[in-house]
Amino acid sequence: MSEVVLPGEPVNAKHPNLKLGPGVLQLLAGPIISTKAGTLCHNQNRSKWWVESNSRRYIPAAQEAVVGVVVGKNGAEGFRVGIGGPHNANLDALAFEGATKRNRPNLKVVGSLLYARVSLAHKDMEPELECFDAQTRKSDGYGELKGGFVTGCSLKMCRQLLDPKHFLLPLLGSKFPLDAAIGMNGRVWVNSKELRHVIAAVRCIERVDPEGENLDEKLVNAFLDTFDI
Amino acid sequence: MRPPSPSIPEKEFVVEALKQGLRLDGRAALEMRQPTLTFGPDLGWVDCSLGKTRVLAQVEAKMVKPPPERPFEGQITIHSEISPMASSEYEQGRPSEEEVTIARMLDKIIRRSDVVDKESLCIQSGQRVWNLRLTVHFLADSGNMLDCACLAAIVALKHFRRPEVEVVGDEVVVHPPAERAPMPLSMHHAPFCLTFAYFQDTSIPAILDPSRLEQRLSAGVISIALNAQRELCVVQKAGGVPLSPTEILRIVAVSTEKSKELDRFVRERLEDDWRTRTVEVV
Repeated sequence: MSEVVLPGEPVNAKHPNLKLGPGVLQLLAGPIISTKAGTLCHNQNRSKWWVESNSRRYIPAAQEAVVGVVVGKNGAEGFRVGIGGPHNANLDALAFEGATKRNRPNLKVVGSLLYARVSLAHKDMEPELECFDAQTRKSDGYGELKGGFVTGCSLKMCRQLLDPKHFLLPLLGSKFPLDAAIGMNGRVWVNSKELRHVIAAVRCIERVDPEGENLDEKLVNAFLDTFDI
Repeated sequence: MRPPSPSIPEKEFVVEALKQGLRLDGRAALEMRQPTLTFGPDLGWVDCSLGKTRVLAQVEAKMVKPPPERPFEGQITIHSEISPMASSEYEQGRPSEEEVTIARMLDKIIRRSDVVDKESLCIQSGQRVWNLRLTVHFLADSGNMLDCACLAAIVALKHFRRPEVEVVGDEVVVHPPAERAPMPLSMHHAPFCLTFAYFQDTSIPAILDPSRLEQRLSAGVISIALNAQRELCVVQKAGGVPLSPTEILRIVAVSTEKSKELDRFVRERLEDDWRTRTVEVV
């Protein structure tokens, strides 16, 4: 099932409705090749293909959720958002739920945190973000993140956290109530009523990170017992 | 690209937590991260890490002709550069303010406070002296690179052995390590650098060994270099919040304790490493 590929290797992906994700590229003439080293993955019916690997720098890919910091305004109609990638992303002021030309989002300050989705990622253009679902125009959970804390982790760690089968978030949730927003760009936002709960969550994420100590469930449980939660 | 400043929630959270006496990595205010020292195969090659901050220091020696005004003194040159490897914030070729501060502090702590006995580096007066080249590589930045670099540099100098030389008439004979055991450098003392961060909000006490986020959010840092014999070598405070003399005396007292601990730790680690190196006598 899993196959290790190096950049430039041909990928045997065939499907009438083929979708290529990060790390897989179709050349103009037709052959499909991998563009990064990692494990080649595909979904059940072999229609979606992508390459998984661990790294610390984020390369934006369309439809991925990211946690970004507003670094500036882009004239009157948008924001510049730092998402930890090689370029800042553009976020249109109208790409929020209920935003119109008159009713602009209440997001003025530089340094605000956002949970957004990459709507455009092209190798020759700056990435673009949106804070709503383009079809339903509902916020869908995206928008400004208030309070809490953001921690950095490796890209593999955030993929694991998004996996519903991963133990960490359910385990933390069983100990104390918490909110989390996981960006695919290696940033995880955590919020809870109590500061020490946030600190406990942040420290657990740091220690479970496969790039760090890679603790398993048992050790995390023991680690959590050292806090007075 | 200029590094983006920390976001508002991060700022508020760190400040709020510090007010309650909590630090993000679970340390107490005046607790430093436990350093780890890894020695390389060569003598004088040390990899030092404080948490995720990682610095590599290396010492090399070569013979040079001394300048005529200082015929009896050896030389020490320090090379330190922060490459983009440490963090994407740093750029190649354009030294940041932090890099200049670190380079100047290393120069003050290691060269100006006379860590190495320069006259012992003289081989033949006016003709040949040892030139020590200390290279400091910053591999990862997770805050407080100065203390880590200083610790790495001091340990590298302590770990280093120079080849034994003999002067016969006008000839200098260098004995290879297989023939005669290499000599340790003669060192006057071993200063350690400790950095404290202060915040705009004066209800937050000083914190030792700030992490990268704490360093970025702090209103100012003060770096104190002293040795285990309680001799103060350098105090540096470039701008930031005003401090009262009693406060400075308090952190100097804290630093003396910490530098004693560090000194003990470094000694133990060097002895451990020394035991693993078998010396063969031919």
